[in-house]
Amino acid sequence: MQQRFDILVVGGGPAGIAAAVRAAECGAKVGIVDDNPNLGGQIWRGASESIGEAASWRGKLQATNVTILCGTRVFHQPRAGVLFAEHEDGLQVLGYENLILATGARERFLPFPGWTLPNVMGAGGLQAMVKSGLPIDGKRVIIAGTGPLLLAVAAYLRQKDAEIAVICEQASIRNLARFSIALLRHPQKIRQALRLRKDIRGVPFATSSWPISADGRNALESVTISRNGKHETIACEYLACGFHLVPNIELPQLLGCQIHGGYVQVDELQETSVKGIYCAGEPTGIGGVESSLVQGEIAGFSAASRPEEARKLFGARERGRDMCSLLDRTFRLRGELRNVLSSETLVCRCEDVSYSRLQKHSSWRAAKLQTRCGMGPCQGRICGPATEFLFDWSPDSTRPPIFPARVDNLAAMTEPELQQTTISGGS
Amino acid sequence: MPDEITIVVDDSPVRVPSGASVAVAVAIAGRACRTSVTGEPRGPLCGMGICFECRVTINNIPHRRACQVFSEPGMVVRTGD
Amino acid sequence: MSKSAYDVIVIGCGIVGAACALEFARREMRVAVIDREIVGGGATAAGMGHIVVMDDSDAQFDLTRYSQQLWQELRPELPDDVEYEPCGTIWVAADDDEMAEVHRKHHYYGDRRVPTEVLDPQDLKKLEPNLREGLAGGLLVPEDAVLYPPCAAQFLIERAQKHGAHLRTGANVVQIEDDCVRLADGTTIPAEIVVNATGTGAPELAVGVDIKKRKGHLLITDRYPGFLRHQLVELGYLKSAHSVSSDSVAFNVQPRRTGQILIGSSRQYGAESSEVESGMLMRMLQRAQEYMPALGSLSSIRAWTGFRAATPDKLPLIGPMAGEKTKFLASGHEGLGITTSLGTARILADHITGSQPAIPIDPYLPSRLAKVFAHA
Repeated sequence: MQQRFDILVVGGGPAGIAAAVRAAECGAKVGIVDDNPNLGGQIWRGASESIGEAASWRGKLQATNVTILCGTRVFHQPRAGVLFAEHEDGLQVLGYENLILATGARERFLPFPGWTLPNVMGAGGLQAMVKSGLPIDGKRVIIAGTGPLLLAVAAYLRQKDAEIAVICEQASIRNLARFSIALLRHPQKIRQALRLRKDIRGVPFATSSWPISADGRNALESVTISRNGKHETIACEYLACGFHLVPNIELPQLLGCQIHGGYVQVDELQETSVKGIYCAGEPTGIGGVESSLVQGEIAGFSAASRPEEARKLFGARERGRDMCSLLDRTFRLRGELRNVLSSETLVCRCEDVSYSRLQKHSSWRAAKLQTRCGMGPCQGRICGPATEFLFDWSPDSTRPPIFPARVDNLAAMTEPELQQTTISGGS
Repeated sequence: MPDEITIVVDDSPVRVPSGASVAVAVAIAGRACRTSVTGEPRGPLCGMGICFECRVTINNIPHRRACQVFSEPGMVVRTGD
Repeated sequence: MSKSAYDVIVIGCGIVGAACALEFARREMRVAVIDREIVGGGATAAGMGHIVVMDDSDAQFDLTRYSQQLWQELRPELPDDVEYEPCGTIWVAADDDEMAEVHRKHHYYGDRRVPTEVLDPQDLKKLEPNLREGLAGGLLVPEDAVLYPPCAAQFLIERAQKHGAHLRTGANVVQIEDDCVRLADGTTIPAEIVVNATGTGAPELAVGVDIKKRKGHLLITDRYPGFLRHQLVELGYLKSAHSVSSDSVAFNVQPRRTGQILIGSSRQYGAESSEVESGMLMRMLQRAQEYMPALGSLSSIRAWTGFRAATPDKLPLIGPMAGEKTKFLASGHEGLGITTSLGTARILADHITGSQPAIPIDPYLPSRLAKVFAHA
């Protein structure tokens, strides 16, 4: 199926929704595409409330005539102005004048013995499963890793009547205290923080603490954590463990956008180094919902050629600007996290490549070729950030398909058809 | 009483909340989703469709990410592939 | 690296360089192998890893068959990660013309004691159910195999190192001189003999060497055990490989031990960048689906490109550079580098040490191309 838009938004989380809304309100023909079955991205996943920020923005979106394409994942740009995306029903050929990339972020996973056991999931991962219907009431959960997501997940799971044995944050109490003080500059964050504190009152919270191992026969049965220099083993049914977030920059990279320090470079109008391609939200710097929303709005206005509307939001964006580096500093990964792995600990889960096999190699490329680490369907999204932390390896260049896609979708057009297609507005 | 539907996981019927993902159905059935290349049982990790650990066969189509598919009445799911 | 000269320096640690290093080291020569990046990182990393007899010419047959037999001898010693699979090749015939070619090959190979079997459409369907209806038949070559090249190259160089060879990666040779090689950092490493096994890089080190880059695309799928049992190649592949000027695609699929399907093949002249080109990729995949429609529903995980080192007459360059006594080439293997690596190394080492090679080296001598070579 072929569709053409003035502005195509890739990613249906807060940034994407805000961008689509503003662009549509300016009169552009807008499409928004997301892999998940529903819009909302991660942070607004399954948000069914009728009040609150998520609901407000959904309402705004409903009021526009934005074309919503869920269950649709972009995997290739066969030529400028055209994206190929895969849906269960077949190939979607999406033409655009301007593109807004709001591809969000994913959790960083670090390996430790037993992390591949069923019921060891990401923090956001377990939350997503519960939002998708996983019964958690009365189940014992340990939450571990690093980052503000841990508390948000704890609060949510608590609401769903999970029994949270402990939250293990690897950051030091000193870093967290500094973070709390820095948050004073962000009133919205303070309100969030206070709400969270109420929601997780009574839940044990350990700093400078991290998982040493997960154990169980066919599924998780217990977790051993390091706390106060000592190891403690705690029986539990779920371990929700994630180490902050990494930006999803695969599509920006494929499209040739300049990347700096792991994030997509954008100018004040949220335009990338490629004319007509904008980027908003986490891929430009992990900054949270408020930052994503205002960047999305700016990108939407900019792409719709309304820079004066965009400029009105520069102040609001400024207030969120230091959040990314603040989060990075606070939740910096400590070196001890490299020492928990044993030689048999798997690093690449798609190809079952162990730590010891990887240690023989001095570059990502050599390791990949010799062990097939990173060559599985996750395309290095899980093991890449881990090997970057463990070995300081930099990832490869990005090639299509940037998401596994059916062979017939990847091959869907002949070269003449591709050249002749009139769905793209550009040259 | 929330709506529930029935799908088949590894030849056994499983009742799941309406709207639940297939990954949830597999978890409720007490199964792991897939078997890794060295024979380990695996289940969902990321919950958002990128880790591919939740792959199952749905209605004879292999390598479907269970966390991204809604359970539908009559679905036949096979794990361990 | 020691100060006194090596007997041999091999430049390039792809599968050909690694095989050469092993051959020299086994003969107790002092060997160093130098690669500008990593072991097996060039065409070795990109290719399909097939071990296949070919008969474009008697010389091509001799080298591929000899080398295939060397692989068979080596097989029991290959570690698991080399993933040697004796799956055989089926040359697929789409029409009567191609079926005539099947019979010609059958006789050609039969005369040379290579076992093959002519397949009719029913046989073909039984052996490979996912091939489309309406094909004319094929030729099964059961002794062909596939393996995973980067680990094969690693195995060969490690074995060479066990015999005393030295390996240096991340060092770029910029010049081959009369008694040494010169690196980019200005240092020199002395050697009695130098072997240029740098694949498409060979012309940079030896002006006048007629090797051109021939770009190819490949795609690998997720795991589908049992989908494909043999390597399949369309007989039209030969038309593709023969073409000297135009871009072409041909149906060529290969089962990996992992159950993944490797889909090729394509050939382009004059393409310099390693980018995946949508048009070529789509043409290649469409061709593949013409023969095997069921490929369409498979999940593809990665696509990539590589550069084959191609010579004007489709035979590699093995032997002394024209007019030279101590500078050798082992390059230009086009799509047969994996297959002929062992044979190349063996006959080159035989030639250098004065032994009688099992097959004559003459057809592969660089001097045959009657150009004046100048060393860089």
